Amino acid sequence: MDVLSDLFLDYTLRTVALGSAALGIVSGALGAFAVLRRQALLGDAMSHAALPGVALAFLITGSRAPLVLMIGAALTGWLAAVAIVYIVRASRTNTDTAMALMLSVFFGAGLVVLTFIQRQPAAGKAGLDKFLFGQAAAMLESDVITMASVGAVGLLGVLVLWKEFKLLSFDPDFAATLGMPTRRLDMLLTSLLVIAIVVGLKTVGVVLMSAMVVAPGAAARQWTNRLGVMVTLSALFGAAAGVLGALLSTTAQTSTGPTIVLVATGLVVVSLLFAPTRGLVWTRMHAWRSQRILALEAVMSDLAALAAQHSSDATRPHDVAALHAVRGRALVDRALSELAADGLAQRHDGGGWSLTPRGLAEADRLARLRRAPSDFL
Amino acid sequence: MTSAQIDVLLVAVVVAASCAIPGTFLVLRRMAMMSDAISHTVLLGIVLAFFVVADLNSPILILGAALVGLLTVVLVEVVSRTGLVREDTAIGLVFPALFSIAVILISSLAGNVHLDSDAVLLGEIAFAPFNRFAPFGVDLGPIALWVMGAILLVNLAGTFLFFKELKLATFDPALAAALGFSPALVHYGLMAVVSVTAVGAFDAVGSILVVALMIGPPAAAYLLTDRLPRMLGLSVVIGAASAVGGYWLARLLDANIAGSMATVVGIAFILVLLLAPQRGLVATARRHRRQRWTFARQMLLIHLATHEGTPTEVDESRPDHMQRHMRWPPAFGNRVVQTATERGLIVLENDQLRLTPQGRQAAREAAVR
Repeated sequence: MDVLSDLFLDYTLRTVALGSAALGIVSGALGAFAVLRRQALLGDAMSHAALPGVALAFLITGSRAPLVLMIGAALTGWLAAVAIVYIVRASRTNTDTAMALMLSVFFGAGLVVLTFIQRQPAAGKAGLDKFLFGQAAAMLESDVITMASVGAVGLLGVLVLWKEFKLLSFDPDFAATLGMPTRRLDMLLTSLLVIAIVVGLKTVGVVLMSAMVVAPGAAARQWTNRLGVMVTLSALFGAAAGVLGALLSTTAQTSTGPTIVLVATGLVVVSLLFAPTRGLVWTRMHAWRSQRILALEAVMSDLAALAAQHSSDATRPHDVAALHAVRGRALVDRALSELAADGLAQRHDGGGWSLTPRGLAEADRLARLRRAPSDFL
Repeated sequence: MTSAQIDVLLVAVVVAASCAIPGTFLVLRRMAMMSDAISHTVLLGIVLAFFVVADLNSPILILGAALVGLLTVVLVEVVSRTGLVREDTAIGLVFPALFSIAVILISSLAGNVHLDSDAVLLGEIAFAPFNRFAPFGVDLGPIALWVMGAILLVNLAGTFLFFKELKLATFDPALAAALGFSPALVHYGLMAVVSVTAVGAFDAVGSILVVALMIGPPAAAYLLTDRLPRMLGLSVVIGAASAVGGYWLARLLDANIAGSMATVVGIAFILVLLLAPQRGLVATARRHRRQRWTFARQMLLIHLATHEGTPTEVDESRPDHMQRHMRWPPAFGNRVVQTATERGLIVLENDQLRLTPQGRQAAREAAVR
């Protein structure tokens, strides 16, 4: 409970929690589109490519104001995205290759610029290396305000162009036939992704920011088939991962970025396993139940067929050895005992089985239900 | 050059060569981003192996790293095979998670060991010469050179021995499977090689430069040739040249060596993208321009040939009629007429364009084609 009371009383903790929540909401909401548009790895390339921007912005302006560094980061991140699109369009280089190439080249250029900064005597250089893995504890109120304002611009963009972005994410060809400027919209949505990335650079760091773009969206996708719900959930998951991770890292003294990423990954694992209708546990149970029902119906129809061969006495006992041989002993025995429990089949003295009159009626009903359409022609 | 400089250059060239070989297959198989994922996650293997052996120079570390590299590939496949997320999302989920675990484990060791996540990302090849391989007191050069030399030999041997399998599984996996090679085996073999190369290299140059050296040179070579052996050779040459160039750039600017090498890889790619003889942007633009003129000239010849000897010939073969008929701007039309005249395909008589015998022949050929 200490952490909870500190959350409201302690200035640093409150700042960290608010900042991480803002970061999570923005990256979650905008990242949802990246997940839908198969741009998960583009986010990775862009966040690495933000490093030279941060370093250059500092080198040129000498300022460590969050807005200045964010603009620098956004510019190079965006430039990398444009370069990737251009290289793929202008040559036979595939997207994967272009992304990996730009990621490493921009990051390498960033390292070169960083060495220039490290040579400067200025005391202000400290803290730039924190952009690699992030440091939530160093967050100031002004950082939070900047993150929230920049993020709000991104969210506003999504709200204003909601219909266009929705169509672009699911059916870009249809959007083009409607006369929408798909190329420009595509570029715009990619630019908004840059905003999602730069907002988290100081807290999560360039190396892991891509995970904050991907994980909340991937988790939210499992719970819903509606875009509005997905984006909202994604923002909530992002905020939850941000706040939980930042608080955990502050109390456990671990790096902030990796902790937030692990919390977000935990949310994804839970979603993949337990989300209704899509989750693995749910689909497994569903498959298992269908299998059981199919086995019951198969054994019933087998018994009905045997009964039909002895029309004089429909409930005459039959030896189930043949059924064992065809369908497997375990399946048949389990099905028979379940049928008996439901009063649809009965075991006779001497080991033979038959359907009860009710079972016969049920088998007849199923046979008519399951009849192939061609039988009616 | 001092002997330390020579050592650094040697290590850089060997790293570049051993990265370019598996990188070629990654680029061709559209799996370049797996190099990014693996080069991050091998850190976890190193940390876990370190917990077991407690020795930073143990070869067990490389083994651990290779195993975690393979684990990355398997996890990505497991996650994407659920059908719940796409493959790129799976990669984007798996490697940051594994990397985060590694970073947190390392920070829990902080201070006790010289194992720093910054150093792993950024690398410091300048220190390579100081870590010597000196069995029985005999100095045999930097350890990094021996490690990477061994990895380069393994990569070379593997490529020679399994060249046919690699080639087939890369270009036609269905045929490879039909012929009884296992594409899955080739896949995992390649991923193991990528992991071992990444871990061997990143000690010297950092994981981001591993990505640059694995992907950049093959991407450039892919624009230069259509033949796999030549692409492998060119990748090695471009990689080694970028490494050497990057080293001198770093000396010139007094900057981070790994970063400079990655930058030079980028410059090399841009140069190839622009200047490649067949596929370069410059060559393509020039070819398009040439084709535009050739096409216009052929249209002129065919037009003249069509109306030759018909009642309307006088009207149709006036030079200014061409511009109206073909909708050519005057300057362009004059250039077309001029180049056709220079080539002896047409002559101007009494304000009439007339085909020469060569021109008639060329018109017939163009029309048939």
